[in-house]
Amino acid sequence: MLKIGNFEFQSRLFLGTGKFANFDIQKEAVDVSETEVLTFAVRRMNIFEPTQPNFLEKIDLQKYTFLPNTAGAKTAEEAVRIAKLADSSGICHMVKVEIIGCDRTLLPDPVETLKATELLLNEGFTVLPYTSDDVVLARKLEELGAHAIMPGASPIGSGQGIINPLHLSFIIEQANVPVIVDAGIGSPKDAAYAMELGADGVLLNTAVSGAKDPVKMAQAMKLAVESGRLGYEAGRIPLKRTATASSPLEGISI
Amino acid sequence: MKLQINGAEMEIPKTIKNITQLIDHLKLNSPVIIVEHNDVILPKEDLDDAMLTAGDKVEFVQFVGGG
Repeated sequence: MLKIGNFEFQSRLFLGTGKFANFDIQKEAVDVSETEVLTFAVRRMNIFEPTQPNFLEKIDLQKYTFLPNTAGAKTAEEAVRIAKLADSSGICHMVKVEIIGCDRTLLPDPVETLKATELLLNEGFTVLPYTSDDVVLARKLEELGAHAIMPGASPIGSGQGIINPLHLSFIIEQANVPVIVDAGIGSPKDAAYAMELGADGVLLNTAVSGAKDPVKMAQAMKLAVESGRLGYEAGRIPLKRTATASSPLEGISI
Repeated sequence: MKLQINGAEMEIPKTIKNITQLIDHLKLNSPVIIVEHNDVILPKEDLDDAMLTAGDKVEFVQFVGGG
């Protein structure tokens, strides 16, 4: 059971809703993933083409916990505005603070992220900040009262997987709130690895929506997250440099 | 009546008195429509009461796919 603020989840896989080829595939992928948390973005409507389909049309609004992001914000104030816009819809539950500080790497702005987290916590939001794998920043976000910490595995959409498992494990070990590894996951092995490191969950988007078969990949990610979690709970064997026979050495009949 | 809607200046018939009517006029049909009227976010239940005057700034915002 994963608990974030007042919300409880069976599934530890959070799914983003960006860049699916169409909304039918998206819906099927969401269903198969068995996720309970969906992320999405807040954007101006195109008032000149008001009949464009919207991804929410296929989604059962009662079934999911909604985690809008503040993507597009460059400052804490912009992030707060986006969070409040999302909140006014009445269908959102939590907010993912996402304040990009570098257009090339899409890495988060640590100063603005910290500020926005504090402002939104003061307004009573359930706040999940997207952060880099900076161990000290993660601690400071938790000290502010963030309900979960979401360190990136590698740059958003890069699919590079976990490039700094050491820092991620430091963040996980020190945290008293859930750690959701967010961004950069490329394949099921990355998701399983994050969970084996002890992460409480994984948030991914492009790894599924950009896969050749997004529905199959959604299932693969679901299994990877479950498998990684079970592996973490089971406790892996220590690494050894040399071989240890699995079969007994006694009674060999020669 | 001229309004500033999502950053664009638009001429709207005078018969459009409030935000709900403006949503119908523009044929906006997203499952979730969020409205900011002169920089104030409007709760859904206030859309009928939000009266429009020339020069008003209105932002229509929705949810789109994202991660």
